[in-house]
Amino acid sequence: MNILCAGLNHRTAHLDVRERFAVRDSEMEDLLGRLRSIEGVSGAVMLSTCNRVELYASSLCPMRALEGFRTILSERAGVEAPLYHHATPQAVRHLFRVASGLDSMVIGETEILGQVKKAYSVAADAGTATRPLHKLFQHAFRVAKSVRTETQITSGPTSVGSVAVELAGKIFGSLEDRRVMILGAGEISERTARSLQSRGVRSVIVSNRTYERAAQLAAEIGGMALHFDHWEKSFADIDILISSTNAPHAILTPEKLAPLLKLRRGAPLFVIDLAVPRDADPAINEMEGVFLYDIDSLEQIAALSLDIRRQEVVRCESLIEQHVGGFISWMRSIHAPESHPFRRTA
Amino acid sequence: MERIALLASTLCYLFSFGHTLYILGAGRFQPGRFNFLAMALGALAQTWYLCLRGAAEHSCPIGNLSETLIFLSWSIALIYLVIGTAYRLSLMGAFTAPLVLLLQIIALLLPSEVHVSFFRPNPWVETHAALSLVAYGAFGLACVAGLMFLVQEGQLKSRRPAPIFHHLPPISILSEATMRLLWIGFLLLTLSFISGLLAHLAVAGAKFLFSLLIWLIYAAILFAAKSGRLGGRRFATAVSLAFLLALILLPVIERLSGRA
Repeated sequence: MNILCAGLNHRTAHLDVRERFAVRDSEMEDLLGRLRSIEGVSGAVMLSTCNRVELYASSLCPMRALEGFRTILSERAGVEAPLYHHATPQAVRHLFRVASGLDSMVIGETEILGQVKKAYSVAADAGTATRPLHKLFQHAFRVAKSVRTETQITSGPTSVGSVAVELAGKIFGSLEDRRVMILGAGEISERTARSLQSRGVRSVIVSNRTYERAAQLAAEIGGMALHFDHWEKSFADIDILISSTNAPHAILTPEKLAPLLKLRRGAPLFVIDLAVPRDADPAINEMEGVFLYDIDSLEQIAALSLDIRRQEVVRCESLIEQHVGGFISWMRSIHAPESHPFRRTA
Repeated sequence: MERIALLASTLCYLFSFGHTLYILGAGRFQPGRFNFLAMALGALAQTWYLCLRGAAEHSCPIGNLSETLIFLSWSIALIYLVIGTAYRLSLMGAFTAPLVLLLQIIALLLPSEVHVSFFRPNPWVETHAALSLVAYGAFGLACVAGLMFLVQEGQLKSRRPAPIFHHLPPISILSEATMRLLWIGFLLLTLSFISGLLAHLAVAGAKFLFSLLIWLIYAAILFAAKSGRLGGRRFATAVSLAFLLALILLPVIERLSGRA
């Protein structure tokens, strides 16, 4: 018995191509049934995310399984599927790397593990997961957990939004009762505000020079619009200020903030300055209780986290290698050794 | 036996501190159960020592500076075990262990003779002395939380946080914990003064004035913080400096105390 992995991902196919081969949840059961009907395929698990479409199959004849998979995918998409493929043990190693987030666009991201679990669950419910596949996926979940706990592969936030969320968490703890003000309704401000909302922020005030744009964004994110001339009046009540106006000079200066901070009675203020040129004078970071982060500092933290993650890859690979060995030993123990060499061809 | 109990507790705190240094060096930043267990065992061994001493002296074992420091480090460890569990303040043990260990080592280096009391101890005097030191313990842990605040605040201000930043608690939580510990310490110290009055202890002289000075300093810090005049950083700095001053004055108060 061999394990076959075949598919396409963000490295081998552009988004235009990937979206043609993506499989919707509603189509999954039917597709799994068709895959299982390929000659030589005993079991199949299909993983379809925004970054990858992959088949994991248990098969006595991987080449036939691969050709059958290619034909089915190409027929669905109407174009030839540019597939890569691996057989045992590379297929095992590949799944362990995928589940651990090592093969993701952002190294160490954890969302993929949930997607792998879901793919396995769908196949198990559809009855297309055979014993080797059950064992393989259960093992992959253990590997992912082990990699996550024993290394720093998930260390730190890796996007501007997630950095802002982590910093806000380190200042305020829970974000549920925190109030956010957006100054200047730009796209990054909106994304950052949404990231904060995903962590519990409920109250968002949007203020923009064009009131209509503020009202539009406020409606989109469930906030409240405020005339730009009045933003200072709400200053005492807010905890996080996201600023991205088109002002040619700093609008947040120590002189302007000093009287406003007195109204806050020592409560901390997190200023996220996403504007270029900057809206905030860097000197406000020296004021007590004010924590200023501009776009550069947020991106530097994200880059630093990614560096740490990259440095951890070697440790992760070593851990995965041990698990691959363990799984291959298990396969050998239940099957007679296969005598069909299968090499990677793409 | 007393010496064994004391050495055992010191070794436990030393292990906790050493283990913390090791894991911080390894970049793991999660002391976990081992450190907590070591601190708990250390406090247990100290309790054993204090019980033995108390039985030998027929009074609360704070008859000399060595015993006082052991009682103080025991108070800090005990309050940490309660607060650390209740608030789940990560890395607080890493900051508490060195302080407790330092007090314990100083206590070990000082002479510590048993002073057997042949008179029946006045319960109000015992309560007064014990409450004062437990209050100091709360102030000590407030100082630890304050120092953690300063480290975390410095990380946030730097805009290039080191890996430890991800493992320290949020500054608002640290500020809240510091404030609560300060209130606990302040109330205990006030109760200690009341029990001192009930024991008819002298309300004049250097010992009383030094004790009153510490009470007034903490009262001023609490008032300033509550009225919004003392922001996070200055509050944490004031709490840390106040405990440093209290530690400096402790031997003076101990020497001036009639119990010595």
